[in-house]
Amino acid sequence: MPRFHVEIKVMPRAALLDPQGKAVEHALTELEFAGISGMRVGRAIKFELDSADKSSAENKAKAMCDKLLANPVTEDYSIATEEV
Amino acid sequence: MPRVAVIRFPGSNCDADTLRSCAAVGADAEYVWHREESIGNADVVMIPGGFAFGDHLRAGAIARFSPIMRAVIEHGRAGGPILGICNGFQVLCEAGLLPGALVRNQNLAFISRPLYVRVESTDNPFTNQYTRGDEFLVPVAHGEGRFVSSQEVMDRLEGEDRIVLRYSRENPNGSLNAVAGIANEERNIVGMMPHPERAADPLLGETRGRIVFESFMKTAGAV
Repeated sequence: MPRFHVEIKVMPRAALLDPQGKAVEHALTELEFAGISGMRVGRAIKFELDSADKSSAENKAKAMCDKLLANPVTEDYSIATEEV
Repeated sequence: MPRVAVIRFPGSNCDADTLRSCAAVGADAEYVWHREESIGNADVVMIPGGFAFGDHLRAGAIARFSPIMRAVIEHGRAGGPILGICNGFQVLCEAGLLPGALVRNQNLAFISRPLYVRVESTDNPFTNQYTRGDEFLVPVAHGEGRFVSSQEVMDRLEGEDRIVLRYSRENPNGSLNAVAGIANEERNIVGMMPHPERAADPLLGETRGRIVFESFMKTAGAV
């Protein structure tokens, strides 16, 4: 069975205040990195998954996000898969 | 005598205070380990505060898959009273028993101090011995206590009188509508961020948190 690298990005929903992103943005500005705006901090999750094909791997990853990896009230996610 | 199951997860740390507060009002309270599959013959379930599973992924996200949660959800769906305090509130939201979610405090700080809350609704097993509008001082201790929900959910919570507690003098964590506690649609399940079990003994000063425990005793017909 083919094996896929799966990379999931979970981000705080755009409409939601992200105090962590704001704090990091502020710290970088203090470090004199100019011109930063709209910083948000999320979570990256990487793993390998044996699955029949790319679309089934994506469907499984999506189910994982819906059931556990992301909170549907506060977070959005994106999935990238690539065959090993 | 009403029987209370106080659920313990790895990382629960308010379990003893919660058990003691139940016993102080005359309930027969016992710990139930999260690996158990039954709450026995408990009338009331309490999910105490703490950091179940180290808050990994999100607070409450892993705890909701513990074997005991199946029995807790069944108890709640059948109308049984459930109270989630602090981390317990987070677990109930993650388990889908309460709407919304609890995210990082707006100021990113862990807030640990007594705060004033106002009782907004008394139509549930855990605040029915208060009078609507009562204000009392109760400790909070959380890093992720900012209640958020869609506007639609918030409109329903407000419109259906399901906001149980609200921060009254300041909004410490940026909670939507200063929400400190809510009830489910059927009103048998309540979650609150403040710790009534830390304001239930004269030795600790404030005692008006004790009324939360007296309330479920009243519901159970024990007083």
